[in-house]
Amino acid sequence: MSEQQNWRYAFFLGCVIPNRYPMIERSIRDVFEELGAELLDMPGASCCPAPGVFRGFHIPTWLVIAARNIAIAEELGVNLLTGCNGCYGTLRDAWWDLEHDKEEKKHINKLLAKIGKEYKGNFEPKHVIQALYLDMGKEYIRGFIKHKFKDLKVAVHYGCHIVKPSDKRPWDGEYENPTFLDEIVELTGATSIEYKEKFMCCGAGGAVRTAVKEVAADFTREKLVNMREAGADIILSICPFCHLQLDLGQLEVNNFYKDIIGEQFHIPVIYITQLLGVAMGMDPSRLGLIKNHDLKGVSPFISIQPFLDMVKEQLI
Amino acid sequence: MSDNIEKYIKRKVYKGTSSRIAQKFVDAGLEKLRACINCGTCTGSCPSGRRTAYRTRSALRRALTGDESILSDIDIWLCSTCYYCYERCPRDIPVTDMIIKLRNIAVEEGYILDSHFGLASTVFYETGHGVPANGENNKKWRDLRESYGLPPLPPTVHSYPEAVKECQTLMKEVGFRALLDNAQKLKEKRKLAEEKKENEKEGK
Repeated sequence: MSEQQNWRYAFFLGCVIPNRYPMIERSIRDVFEELGAELLDMPGASCCPAPGVFRGFHIPTWLVIAARNIAIAEELGVNLLTGCNGCYGTLRDAWWDLEHDKEEKKHINKLLAKIGKEYKGNFEPKHVIQALYLDMGKEYIRGFIKHKFKDLKVAVHYGCHIVKPSDKRPWDGEYENPTFLDEIVELTGATSIEYKEKFMCCGAGGAVRTAVKEVAADFTREKLVNMREAGADIILSICPFCHLQLDLGQLEVNNFYKDIIGEQFHIPVIYITQLLGVAMGMDPSRLGLIKNHDLKGVSPFISIQPFLDMVKEQLI
Repeated sequence: MSDNIEKYIKRKVYKGTSSRIAQKFVDAGLEKLRACINCGTCTGSCPSGRRTAYRTRSALRRALTGDESILSDIDIWLCSTCYYCYERCPRDIPVTDMIIKLRNIAVEEGYILDSHFGLASTVFYETGHGVPANGENNKKWRDLRESYGLPPLPPTVHSYPEAVKECQTLMKEVGFRALLDNAQKLKEKRKLAEEKKENEKEGK
């Protein structure tokens, strides 16, 4: 699909994007606008709810709240779009499960009727990277690239729920070695580097971060060591929870595991639409890349200045 | 038959089994695990098991045999739901989903970590968000939003109080509130029993 189309999505924010990493929200909104897509707000949307933690507590609660969120997008008459792998996991799995279980769908609608809502299931929950790669396509996006990086080594982190469970995902069953994210990253001239255990989990999901922070950070330590060994200039994420774990998690790794990691970690973590946006020639302030406050203890926890310096040297 | 073999046959392999809990495992669909050939692909694929004592195969085996100690084992909360076990199982057992069901039973029996309970009961139930930006403690996050040209609160449940009520209505309907209240009661009861035991020990 390379010619301009009338792309409209219901923008599902979730929790971590709007409430901890608003720079990601800024960049998704502005990059999609620049690409000619319209994002509609979803009034009153809630937590997706998170697929490992809240589903782990009570599956019926998880399913009915997810169905309510999808129903809000349906009222807008467009497909739902999320920038978070966790929300994607929940909304896509709930959508899939309800499409394959008519009895459950009936039961869910009985519950939703109590708040005046209905779940129809005729719109597909999509991820930002899915909209970029499958709806718009590489050729279409290539037409918007104004500057290319000459030397930027990117360690991409896919995360888990973007590709798994693969029977409920749009990637033709590919989960061991997908390439869609690397392909989009390389449109910017950057190199997506190979590194050990590239597809491994960041450690945050599934209630692990809340249960035992040290265990989550140990996953992250392994990933960071492998990324550094491969010479990564930046880490690239497509999920705010992975993003948090790889950003704030560097401080935790530097603290918990200081005796075994050698040099402390300080690799900038960048979200896909932030990277794409600078290559599209967009003002970094529209991409949430410029700090404009004196607040303490807020994201990003690892300075992104080295990345901004490379943007300045190579793109401007 | 030698004494050793006799001992082996008669040994009690699984301790603390309960038919009531075993029935719950069956009702939750965990009997699908009977197709398991114990190949260990799930455990071998598990990034959590590489750094913790969590062993996917063993956890599910314990559930299948009605070993209720699995419910209080923190191991079942160390699965990051990466889904490698689900994808690679040669018997097509939806392994990760089984772990999720196992967690549901644990919560029903009052086995939920304090941090998880707080997240469910005071954060998610009260605000509709898992990670909220409202309240005095979160002012810096609202200020951060504004610094990027966004409204201080997003157009989610945070901007629509009636939407929080809608979520709570649904959560009550499906029994989430009752589940949490019951879990808290069971936790407190267990804690008191433990304290009593401790006191008795010290009394001696």
